[in-house]
Amino acid sequence: MDFLSYLVSGISLGSVYALIALGYTMVYGIAKMLNFAHGDVIMLGAFVIYTISTTLGLPAIVGVLASIVICTIFGIVIEKVAYKPLRKASSLAVLITAIGVSYLLQNAALLIFGSDTKSFTSVVTLPTLKLFDGQLIISGETIATILVSVVIMVALTLFINKTKPGKAMLAVSEDKGAAQLMGINVNRTISLTFAIGSALAAVAGALLCSAYPALSPTTGAMPGIKAFTAAVFGGIGSIPGAMIGGILLGVIENLSKGYISSQLSDAIVFVVLIIVLLVKPTGILGKKIREKV
Amino acid sequence: MKMKKFLAAFLALTMVVLCFAACGKGDGKTDSGEKTLKIGFSGPLTGNNAQYGNGVKNGAQLAVDEINAAGGVNGVKLELNPQDDEADAEKAKTAYGVLKDWGMQISLGTVTSGACIAFQGEAAKDNMFVLTPSATAVEAINGDNAFRVCFSDPNQGVASADYIADNKVASKVAVIYDSSDAYSSGIYEKFTAEAKAKGLEIVTAQSFTGDTKTDFSAQLQAVKSSGAELLFLPIYYSEATLILQQAKNASVDVKFFGCDGLDGILNMKNFDTTLAENVMLLTPFAKDAKDSYTVNFVTKFREKGYDETTLNQFAADAYDAVYIIKAAAEKAGINADMSASEICDALKAAMTQITVDGVTGTGITWSADGEPSKAPKANIIKNGSYVAL
Repeated sequence: MDFLSYLVSGISLGSVYALIALGYTMVYGIAKMLNFAHGDVIMLGAFVIYTISTTLGLPAIVGVLASIVICTIFGIVIEKVAYKPLRKASSLAVLITAIGVSYLLQNAALLIFGSDTKSFTSVVTLPTLKLFDGQLIISGETIATILVSVVIMVALTLFINKTKPGKAMLAVSEDKGAAQLMGINVNRTISLTFAIGSALAAVAGALLCSAYPALSPTTGAMPGIKAFTAAVFGGIGSIPGAMIGGILLGVIENLSKGYISSQLSDAIVFVVLIIVLLVKPTGILGKKIREKV
Repeated sequence: MKMKKFLAAFLALTMVVLCFAACGKGDGKTDSGEKTLKIGFSGPLTGNNAQYGNGVKNGAQLAVDEINAAGGVNGVKLELNPQDDEADAEKAKTAYGVLKDWGMQISLGTVTSGACIAFQGEAAKDNMFVLTPSATAVEAINGDNAFRVCFSDPNQGVASADYIADNKVASKVAVIYDSSDAYSSGIYEKFTAEAKAKGLEIVTAQSFTGDTKTDFSAQLQAVKSSGAELLFLPIYYSEATLILQQAKNASVDVKFFGCDGLDGILNMKNFDTTLAENVMLLTPFAKDAKDSYTVNFVTKFREKGYDETTLNQFAADAYDAVYIIKAAAEKAGINADMSASEICDALKAAMTQITVDGVTGTGITWSADGEPSKAPKANIIKNGSYVAL
């Protein structure tokens, strides 16, 4: 029963990683850049919900919707202001800018909301599942996170492969110049990618803070890095890969906490990551050719 | 060229004059011309930690007023000078300089640990006596001139194990601590050693790091399986709230026990305080404790009309600190004519000989390394507020 408990809590943690990794991998797959500010957009989204639902007392759904809208706007603005002028610059310059944006968001939140940790009220109303006479407990947040991740994964895959803007994204990811010659508005396509990525961040923020209800300006930082690891694990750029990477990362982390050492769990996770990358340098579902997504 | 030299000479002269002016202020006399013992300290009087600094300021001032009303120390009145350091090490150094110019003879050090390390660095050079009410870091009282009122961080581990064993709170204990944090792992190590000596069984010790401080389900599952009766949490309250929440979700039925890092859990915004119901924590002060020292202190503090949010453990520590200085000064026969260094030598010797009863403990004694020895005090959270155990 211990094993099942570790497994379930691992899947629960992993589904949060997966949800965040979807946003990472989506932006990387299309725009070929690592948006390190993704974790901080998550934090921002959570603060929007906290402000609207807890401080102003409006229903949780209003907070979540507002958070999605505000994060989407932020995603577009960040892309326009910070990343677009660097479209032709080296990827290293963009990476540094992304880290800069990350710090900017964290410090802005520090100024506005203060450094003290706030307790987040869960937006999930699903009941807790108790199996085997209460020996195995699955919280409503876990169920919601897994369901939402799967739905988003399927929806994103369909969107990218079946719709026109989705196909435009694929084209941009393969060759910006050629895409432009084919009449695709590259700037608008990349903006759309960031908009969707940031909306996903808002959803991830809501579920992350519902599962782990301590909210502070650095809330998004570590889960962001873990989710990035998950995205690399699963094959960065691949949407199902992000899902698999996230869940695996969470399960490995929790099983090593349970059976090996709670102190070494991170080290073990990264050793597994290194082994996977040695065997398959593009990650579990990563393709060798540049046709990512 | 000549002009420049003249200017230099003029500036040098101004500086010398200003020096004397500063000395003039520090001749150890009050407005009425009577000699006083000058006590200085610095603390965060503004900014994020202002509650701590103003707690010390009000608590110390209350004690100074009481002592002066009762005739002072060896017939000499006390004078308190609080400086603002915003809990910043550099500002604490500056504050030390300001206080020295003022003529400080005895110091309450600083309120917070980081600032105290810097402040004490300067004070040790001058052989200035320092008794910090609330700086808990081990290094905060490096040097034989410094003492403290509160327990040091790791000694809270000893005190917790003693409390749990002596009061038979539990015999099977689990621990979850932050292995990446010196405060938490320091307490954990001392706790484990003392628990073994006291015959407590540590059934499992789980840890997390600053990078993995959101999901505690694996650790809690281990605690649940270990059959522990009590979970010791030498961590800060923001992680503790997550542990309490997740423990409730996973039906982990144990008692919770923490140190001063948990203090503040009830003030966390939007926190469901029912989660903290029955959590025990080691703090030196609870407003509603019924012992005569606390009742007396709280009543007088409120009579003075000080801000209620500053009626905290810092105020209690500082109130005790001034009375400890009084006890040591009387033992050593201090008078206002002695220099800071002479006072320090005399107080150092006296500190290890005195026994003081106060708000934060009774029968407090000190070893030469500056650490206090006193019976730990614990509180339990009932209906969203602290109740003394």
